[in-house]
Amino acid sequence: MTQTTLLRFGLSASLLLLLLLVALPASSQTPYFVTYTHYLEEPGNLEISFLPTIGVPKTGPRFGSALLEFEYGMTGWWTTELYLDGQTTAGQSTLFTGWRWENRFRPLAREHWINPVLYVEYERLNGADRTLREVVGFDSGREQAETPNALARQEEEHEVELRLILSSNTHGWNLAENFLAVKNLSGEPWEFGYAVGVSRPLALEASARTCRLCLENFTGGVELSGGLGTRERLTLSGTSHYIGPVLNWTPAPGWAVRFSPSFGLTHEAHRLLLRFGVSYEVADLVGRLRGRP
Amino acid sequence: MIARTAGRLRLTALLIWIAPFVVVAAQKKFDPQALRSALEKAPPRFAQMTNPYEGQPAAVAAGEKLFRHHCAECHGQHAEGTHRGPRLDQPWVVGARPGVLFWFLTNGDIRRGMPAWSRLPEQQRWQLVSFLRSLPPAGGDRNPQR
Repeated sequence: MTQTTLLRFGLSASLLLLLLLVALPASSQTPYFVTYTHYLEEPGNLEISFLPTIGVPKTGPRFGSALLEFEYGMTGWWTTELYLDGQTTAGQSTLFTGWRWENRFRPLAREHWINPVLYVEYERLNGADRTLREVVGFDSGREQAETPNALARQEEEHEVELRLILSSNTHGWNLAENFLAVKNLSGEPWEFGYAVGVSRPLALEASARTCRLCLENFTGGVELSGGLGTRERLTLSGTSHYIGPVLNWTPAPGWAVRFSPSFGLTHEAHRLLLRFGVSYEVADLVGRLRGRP
Repeated sequence: MIARTAGRLRLTALLIWIAPFVVVAAQKKFDPQALRSALEKAPPRFAQMTNPYEGQPAAVAAGEKLFRHHCAECHGQHAEGTHRGPRLDQPWVVGARPGVLFWFLTNGDIRRGMPAWSRLPEQQRWQLVSFLRSLPPAGGDRNPQR
């Protein structure tokens, strides 16, 4: 495996994005990659997302990772998701790194200034996972990049992740804060992290004409995430933090395309993470399976 | 001891597997009567609100586009209703105060499966209100220009 493999991975991901864009496709996606808002999937709808990331570490080989996400709206207050993770590292190998099952619950029926959502995730990954869906504890990009896949994959991460999601909307802006707590079930201490995002559609009014490139179809913002140490040592020192602009485009109903370059802010973080995302929402999954029009 | 633990794990897995079906089956249905009573719950301060786009045909057209994108999959292309959501060309919807419709779009009724549309900017929710209030009542002539 060489840099050519990584290049192929990047090109394949880009080609897939382009193919999806030219196909006829509005979901009101937020542009974030790590931060969750209080928006849940509509009941009965299935959203399928492909989320590739290209990582540029400070030391060690570049890598590409990808998440395949299936998000289903069980009810108006409960969304469940299954993720399949994989990665490829230049000069090493390409491998499936595990899966996650997450659930989000919205406890309050009405909209408030701050809307809480409870998040519970179970994940079974190996140490070679590089999807960087969350940053907690003393997660180190440097250490990760310097550990070869062959060694990293031997480590089993059998974890439960809890999040408190707080999200607010005002004057077209969305502000979301997530507090993360992750417990490795093999007896390691609780690890903590955070994610914060702020975003706004580029136009607040909808135009009457159908268009793909209208400003109303774009949402821009900023996302910040990082680790906060462990239960035994709650600190910012020695942790990884990332910041980056985020952009979401809904070219047609049901489709969403996202992009974010995230920059490492600390010594422990990767230099750059280029995150992409393409989502398609299948409305009324059960109805379709039953042959309803 | 090991057999008992394995049995408990199997039972837990079975309960986790069954739980979604029970929850979905127990979910309240969103029928026209439920919609009517939900609209009646709007706080008075919302009932007093006026639509900033009142009387603007462009807002109705924009609202129609938003309706097709976000609402038609449940309420039908012409608001005639589907198995997922009630018809909206009913007098108690078309004739509701703009602020009441705005409040309902913002909050939804998540216990009955109607999502909260606070994810849309206020302006777009008002444009949707303009469109809903322009619908001809059920049985009336449809004006494609609306």
